[in-house]
Amino acid sequence: MKVEITVQKIGVGHLVVLKGDVDMNSSPDVRGSIAEVFKQGPGAKALVIDLSGVRYMDSSGIATLVEAMQNCMKQGMKLRLAELSPSVRDVFELARLSSIFEIFPKASDAQAGL
Amino acid sequence: MSGGGVTIENTDSRQETVTLTVPSHPRFLYVIRSALYPLIIDAGFRKRDAAKMVLAVDEACSNIIRHAYGGQDDQPITLTVEFPEDRFLIRLRDYGKKADPSEIAPRDLADVRPGGLGTFFIKAVFDDVQYDTSVDRGTLLTMAKTKPQVSQ
Repeated sequence: MKVEITVQKIGVGHLVVLKGDVDMNSSPDVRGSIAEVFKQGPGAKALVIDLSGVRYMDSSGIATLVEAMQNCMKQGMKLRLAELSPSVRDVFELARLSSIFEIFPKASDAQAGL
Repeated sequence: MSGGGVTIENTDSRQETVTLTVPSHPRFLYVIRSALYPLIIDAGFRKRDAAKMVLAVDEACSNIIRHAYGGQDDQPITLTVEFPEDRFLIRLRDYGKKADPSEIAPRDLADVRPGGLGTFFIKAVFDDVQYDTSVDRGTLLTMAKTKPQVSQ
């Protein structure tokens, strides 16, 4: 099962929209797409990842997001996650990572205040 | 496993076991997830608990692919679900490098870094987790969780 990945430029930086299951099979594709964002050079304030279309995420997906957060910190960017489904939120809570990430109800909320 | 097929076999209503064998390619993980979820729901677990149990089994399968088979994608992973009265019982069998129980430890969650969460999920979700390396080849992992009607 593949994940659909859409990357677009937004006012504050970049928006990555994921749709599908993020698991051991698909997380390398997600990691690759996010890595491309970081190659686009300085100037971006934030990377927003819209997870509204993700119904399943495993530890490899979580690891991809932790890596993205660390890369954002190195580049002086914020990583903001938006619209986690209840099942994905449960995985974050199980991993006790809910307080580590900035999580917003909607992608539009995540772009505010930057 | 020849040809990389997915097989469901030994579905024995008398013995109440379901067995599913998939190749050790990550693209088949969703097959295990899809088959397992309704069985857990039918056993009486809430949807959120069922999703966590599916996650834990998925993580165990990922560990088999990574560690037991070293990324080889054409080896068998066999999932067996049993339905004893009080528990939901899942067995995962692989025929690769044996797991070393002394090296299987959940990591400290305060250490925020990519990776290493799978084992934590497995142990957090299931009541009982046993790695049996006494089998001829590979490892037999057994994960059990008490059914809700028994625990309440």
